[in-house]
Amino acid sequence: MLADPGGTGRDGSHHGGDAVFGVMTPVPHRVVGRRDETDDVVTLHLLPTAGGDMRSRSGQFNMLTAFGVGEAAISVSSAPHDDGPLQHTVRDVGPVTHALCQARIGEVVGVRGPFGTDWGVGTSQGPGDLINDALPADVPGPGGDVVVVAGGIGLAPLRGAVYELVARHSRTGGRVFVIVGARDPSQIIFGRDLEAWARDGARVEVTVDVSAPGWTGHVGLVTSLLNDAGFDPVGATALVCGPEIMVRFTARSLIDGGVDPRCIRVSLERNMQCGVAWCGHCQLGPFLLCRDGPILPYAGAVAHLLTQRER
Amino acid sequence: MTTTLAELVSAHPLLAGLPGEAVASVAGCAQNVSFNPGDLLLAESEPANTLYLLRRGRVAIEVHSPGQGPIVIETVGPGAVVGWSWFVPPYRWHFDARAVEAVGAVAVDGACLREKAEADPELGYALMRRVASVLLERLQMTRLRLLDLYGTSGAR
Repeated sequence: MLADPGGTGRDGSHHGGDAVFGVMTPVPHRVVGRRDETDDVVTLHLLPTAGGDMRSRSGQFNMLTAFGVGEAAISVSSAPHDDGPLQHTVRDVGPVTHALCQARIGEVVGVRGPFGTDWGVGTSQGPGDLINDALPADVPGPGGDVVVVAGGIGLAPLRGAVYELVARHSRTGGRVFVIVGARDPSQIIFGRDLEAWARDGARVEVTVDVSAPGWTGHVGLVTSLLNDAGFDPVGATALVCGPEIMVRFTARSLIDGGVDPRCIRVSLERNMQCGVAWCGHCQLGPFLLCRDGPILPYAGAVAHLLTQRER
Repeated sequence: MTTTLAELVSAHPLLAGLPGEAVASVAGCAQNVSFNPGDLLLAESEPANTLYLLRRGRVAIEVHSPGQGPIVIETVGPGAVVGWSWFVPPYRWHFDARAVEAVGAVAVDGACLREKAEADPELGYALMRRVASVLLERLQMTRLRLLDLYGTSGAR
């Protein structure tokens, strides 16, 4: 299923003619800061060379260009309300991401976007109502707990959402649970953010698959923390991002624990290329994930697709 | 108000829902215990004779490696169970278990429980089903960890 090339983004921002041409053209951004999160993960701070800014919503992604090398889909990791530079957290896994991770301050990269759906955090009115627009009427209303589950670099697309949730929590009450899994302690990203969220009232738990000397935290699968996290599954909303197998098992654990499948949102990705639902490379069943995703409700088609064997 | 051992036993997820008679049987083998941070609940190669039903605090399952000290394999918290080797011969612990925080637990005497399970197959089967369920969950989690889920295949 391919979308009409003349009209794409759900927010109506990418339509035919010059706008379509524009959305396919990388906007030069200068690297104004970089932070090594781990030995192979870097957060780049980017500002447009021509001024202005590119606003996005939590969970959306941009296509980043390493000029002369190629383009890759990378989630925005800064918060929408953050007036500072656009931030992208990149893991060095291939030629393009390697070039991006090597980018030094002062160098220029290209940015196309933002694309895709978001976590729904910024449009909500209170805790737990993140996805009420998309929920059936029988799902409990606002006021439930929000559970954020991230595995590995899956925390990057959730970072902005957690900042929004924590800020809202401080204004309106409600509980935010942040549960993070990493391979080992050296692979935990956003350590300062995790501490800040805990200081601001979120209940933050981190677990690693493999311990290391000096590590005194949890050791075990991220799902092992769900039972004892302390959230009320009734009316809870869950946001899950990480490796697909982790997403599947986490969703299953949440559902077994009493969370309504319709209240679980997951981030999925395939081979995002055009970003505007033209090329079809990111197709997953009925979805073109660059447009219909990356954030989708788990219930229904996604739950079915994640348990199907792809051939 | 004092909480009885039977109430503590029946409140633990492993044994919740057991008939009162079965709970009383288990409670008859149990005592309430506590550990300070750093205390060993059980030690590798020592005789295994206790099932710990964790009520509070966190416990690290460790293996000791020469030159490296203890390596934490897994941590478990309230509602979890520590100690399976009392269940099958040769009844020796395979790992260490150390309190990471102040720990409160119900300690059930393994030999006592085995005797009661042998004498009362209905109780034994009920216990076996529950123990198998938890062991299956642990096995599945261990298998998932072997996948190295957060390796490069999970990158974005």
